[in-house]
Amino acid sequence: MTTGALGKDLLDLESLSAAQITAILDTAVPLKAVSERKIKKVPTLRGATVANLFFEASTRTRVSFEFAEKRLSADAVNVAAAGSSVSKGETLVDTARNLEAMRIDMVVVRHGASGAARFLADRIDSNVINAGDGTHEHPTQGLLDLLTLRERWGTLAGKRVCICGDVLHSRVARSNIHGLRKLGAEVAICGPRTLLPHAAEDALGVTVIDRIEAAIEWADALNILRLQLERMEAGYIPSLREYNRVFGVTRERLERAPRDILILHPGPMNRGVEIDSDVADGPHSVILDQVTNGVAVRMAVLYLLRGGRPDQAAAAGAAAGDS
Amino acid sequence: MSAPTVLLDARACERTLRRMADEIVERTGGTDGLVLVGIQRRGVHLAARLAALIDAREGGAVPRGALDITLYRDDLQSIGPRPVVGTTDLPVDIDGTIVVIVDDVLYTGRTVRAALDELADFGRPARILLAVLIDRGGQELPIRADVVGKTVSALPDQNVDVRVAELDGEDGAFLTRRGPSAA
Repeated sequence: MTTGALGKDLLDLESLSAAQITAILDTAVPLKAVSERKIKKVPTLRGATVANLFFEASTRTRVSFEFAEKRLSADAVNVAAAGSSVSKGETLVDTARNLEAMRIDMVVVRHGASGAARFLADRIDSNVINAGDGTHEHPTQGLLDLLTLRERWGTLAGKRVCICGDVLHSRVARSNIHGLRKLGAEVAICGPRTLLPHAAEDALGVTVIDRIEAAIEWADALNILRLQLERMEAGYIPSLREYNRVFGVTRERLERAPRDILILHPGPMNRGVEIDSDVADGPHSVILDQVTNGVAVRMAVLYLLRGGRPDQAAAAGAAAGDS
Repeated sequence: MSAPTVLLDARACERTLRRMADEIVERTGGTDGLVLVGIQRRGVHLAARLAALIDAREGGAVPRGALDITLYRDDLQSIGPRPVVGTTDLPVDIDGTIVVIVDDVLYTGRTVRAALDELADFGRPARILLAVLIDRGGQELPIRADVVGKTVSALPDQNVDVRVAELDGEDGAFLTRRGPSAA
């Protein structure tokens, strides 16, 4: 069981073991049930203060973390870049140290720079949870996708998941690839070559599929990424209509799937671009399950990180097993 | 470590559970509104056994549930790696019911305190009773059991080890000396 224990921070899925990822998912299952109770709150993190430090816009992830914190009885403070001293040029570390001086225990951080979460984690004592750093990772999104798939399939081993769209700029894709592969799934990526990482086969251990029809034929699940509209302006794709025509997941294309296929999307969706409304709201979609599971995995991470310190563990050892 | 002392063997366990089942119904005056809730993990199996014995004697089907009190523990900040969270599953709305909390051993009373807090988050029973197979003494809170299988006075360096066939392959209760580095 100790192999499933987490360290001080959750920065990525790449550095976690399969046992650690499984421990988070296993913990998320009973915690998910807390949200189904009449009183959706347990006293587990009573007295802990969490700062949600969002240097990039986010509604879904921030709200999801906030629900997770509140359902575990932690006190949450939201700090958004706009309107805070961040916009006056205060550095990431200064902001966090100031919060720490007010005695916070955990920081949830989203930042536009890859590696920002680790940079912070190395410099402050609080637990740090990465809520998305640049194009690096978004580990809790990866975890919620894993939980959603595991709920449907029981196990991920031997299953095939294709991540579709702008994999190059996607921290969601990176967390998914690492998490899925560690739990034994086969992973492919599909999209315009301009939006796929170079040498992905070797660097990430994934298969590259060029046509969405072939991806649908191959996969047990598609995780369809949001196409950032800025990518068109930057010249990665000719037009949104063209993208939808070639790579859009439509009902007509899905109807040719040889097996039951699950459709995931991290949101927010561009309906009619990467995914059609028929598909997003259709029987294959588990998109709202992902949202529900997001709160559960974030509760699990908050619970597992905020454990006693190792030095305190020895002192309490003898008392831990009693009734 | 010295050989364990047998507090209850399998036959004695069976007899004791039968008496406890009778005592529960005696105290609650029947099975109307009765719910048996076991504390994870061995309490859940003991609750199922007691419920089956009550069903056989009284007819009907007493609802049985499971309570995992991990999220309500008062020592989470000090016990090192987080304990595994199990399932809480209450089959019925507990408002106005008579809930019998079932556990294997009553020691400090902190588990029962946590269970009472957790039950309060699910509803407001008319009455809550506590049934334990072994009351080993040493309570640190003002908590007492209503139905007890066997009372023993165990020393702080002794463990009371209850085994149930569903999890351990045999029924029984044993007194062992705690090893110097036991956790």
